[in-house]
Amino acid sequence: MCDNDKLEQISAGYKAWEEKTQKQLAKTPESKPRFETISGLPIKTLYAPPDAADIDYLENIGFPGEYPYTRGVQNTMFRGRFWTMRQYAGFGSAEDTNKRFRYLLEQGQTGLSVAFDLPTQIGYDSDAPLATGEVGKVGVAIDSVQDLKILFNEIPLDKVSTSMTINSPASILTAMYLALADKSGIPFKELRGTIQNDILKEYIARGTYIFPIRPAMRIVSDILGYCAKNMPQWNSISISGYHMREAGCTAVQEVAFTLADGIAYVEAAIAAGLEVDDFAPRLSFFFSAHQDFFEEAAKYRAARRLWAKIMKEKFKAQNPRSWMLRYHVQTAGCSLTAQQPLLNILRTGFEALSAVLGGCQSLHTNSYDEALALPSELAVQIALRTQQLIAYETGVTETVDPLAGSYYVESLTDAIASQAEDYLNKIEEMGGMIPAIETGYVQGEISNSAYEFQKKVEAKERIVVGVNQFVVEEPPPEGLLKVEMTVGERQAQKLEVLRSERGNQAVRRALDAVKKGAGSKENLMPLIVDAVKAEATIGEICNVLRDVFGEYTGTTSF
Amino acid sequence: MGEGKTIRVLLAKPGLDGHDRGAKVIARALRDAGMEVIYTGLRQTPEQIVSAAEQEDVDVLMLSILSGAHNYLFPRIMDGLQKKGMTDILVLGGGIIPKEDIDGLKKAGIKEVFGPGTETKAIIKYVQENLN
Repeated sequence: MCDNDKLEQISAGYKAWEEKTQKQLAKTPESKPRFETISGLPIKTLYAPPDAADIDYLENIGFPGEYPYTRGVQNTMFRGRFWTMRQYAGFGSAEDTNKRFRYLLEQGQTGLSVAFDLPTQIGYDSDAPLATGEVGKVGVAIDSVQDLKILFNEIPLDKVSTSMTINSPASILTAMYLALADKSGIPFKELRGTIQNDILKEYIARGTYIFPIRPAMRIVSDILGYCAKNMPQWNSISISGYHMREAGCTAVQEVAFTLADGIAYVEAAIAAGLEVDDFAPRLSFFFSAHQDFFEEAAKYRAARRLWAKIMKEKFKAQNPRSWMLRYHVQTAGCSLTAQQPLLNILRTGFEALSAVLGGCQSLHTNSYDEALALPSELAVQIALRTQQLIAYETGVTETVDPLAGSYYVESLTDAIASQAEDYLNKIEEMGGMIPAIETGYVQGEISNSAYEFQKKVEAKERIVVGVNQFVVEEPPPEGLLKVEMTVGERQAQKLEVLRSERGNQAVRRALDAVKKGAGSKENLMPLIVDAVKAEATIGEICNVLRDVFGEYTGTTSF
Repeated sequence: MGEGKTIRVLLAKPGLDGHDRGAKVIARALRDAGMEVIYTGLRQTPEQIVSAAEQEDVDVLMLSILSGAHNYLFPRIMDGLQKKGMTDILVLGGGIIPKEDIDGLKKAGIKEVFGPGTETKAIIKYVQENLN
């Protein structure tokens, strides 16, 4: 970063400074023997030019919008337009959630993000025995295309971009969205949005799996192939580190395991006969914004650099869009505290700032009451306003990647990239991410990190304000959102009407076709589109797939 | 509990939610504190949990849930234990459970409910002090 003579002078000065400081420490020591990031990376007292002297700017940092994209995927970043402000939302029935969506759009949100309830995510209809007590609880209940129609009532699908957090039944929700667009006369090529469709992290950390890993990977490839052909503006997968981070992994592990999942999807799609440049430009990512400010900003920069190199060098992708790691961020749910919940507004604000400085494409900011319940309208409004404050008031968006060139941030970026690469090599030696999950290696690494972190909190090596220090007695929180127990009954009634009014022969034929397709190598997507158009329910479609593929049983190790 | 007998704990995840970071951290902490710990894994029905508690002959049953279905699922587990006469098991709950729900759960027989931010050593202490 500076010429050699100058660098030698600086190095000499740096050494003298370190010796002097060392002597002072004998008299006035620092507050603890070792400083480290929240992920455990060591931090020195000072960073200066010699710490970043080995970094090859053109090779490893480069210019925004250019390989290897360390500084961002667009040339002008937020000077062109801000990131998409996209709040994850959903609860109760489609009517309830439609109301929340329209409120968020009125408040200036720029994209939608659907949270589904657990029965929907695991492929059960709302009237299935296992769904009892869970309907509409952590997201919206969707049983058939009729519910989706209500969910998007008065929201034009060709004007918004919609993200759907759905994995095992991703094919079914994509099909429903297409059926809805079809009914409104909107061409598929105009649809913008993202389907999470990241099944591997479900086995690792999130838990809404249905089928065994290998048939589930086939469905993922079917979706990637179908979207590449029919939905050019749709992100056909959102490869997610967020949930692994929530489960307790470190920043380095988050980057490594997410990119390792990405590699597994690219390999699966290529094995299914797709050309890398046909689908790779539509791969997207999803990371956490955790509490260690600089580590997080560096994490996104490191992830972009690594992915670009993987796509160009390992998979020989030619299209620059295949090299770009584009990503959504959510602030860290696990950092929210039930104690003194208003403090969560500030936590979320700092986390969101690191996401923006890291160059995210879209962002969800958590609401302050989410350690207690689904967010209230007031809490959601403040969360969205936090993003608007960063965008319109702080000035951090006025130039591209303003943290670049910080000796500390560049050192951290390098450290994260290099340690994540070590993990990637290790996973490759194991035969890739699928064996690494099947043997429990990845889950074990995450559990170890989570337990280590908890021990540090309990030893007060980590201070959690309001929890293990600065504790107060406080009254129970007020104004929390409560989901009515009647949602399940209402959904069950809707299902009864649906099953009596639809053409059940057409449903049977469509389900038989899905079953036959599942047993063959045919792409399942067109068959599932036909089934949802016939008004087959999510439970019915998943049940025929369960018949063919079987079900995954979770692990009991800890 | 007789002197010197190892405390046996079943950690269970009723309902459909996949959040088991907390359950796993507690499982490890209890094991490090010298207890024998069995984890059920995700998505256990009340019947499966009662049957596992019976087969494993545990002293303590810990239920972790973050989906909001506790008011439906916890009482069903307590009913199942009652029917089998397993009333001497210490049953504890944890997860995202609103304060106003806790009284009802306690009436159903859940001895204590631990919320976010609880230290593992507080749970260990509670178990040690509340087993007869």
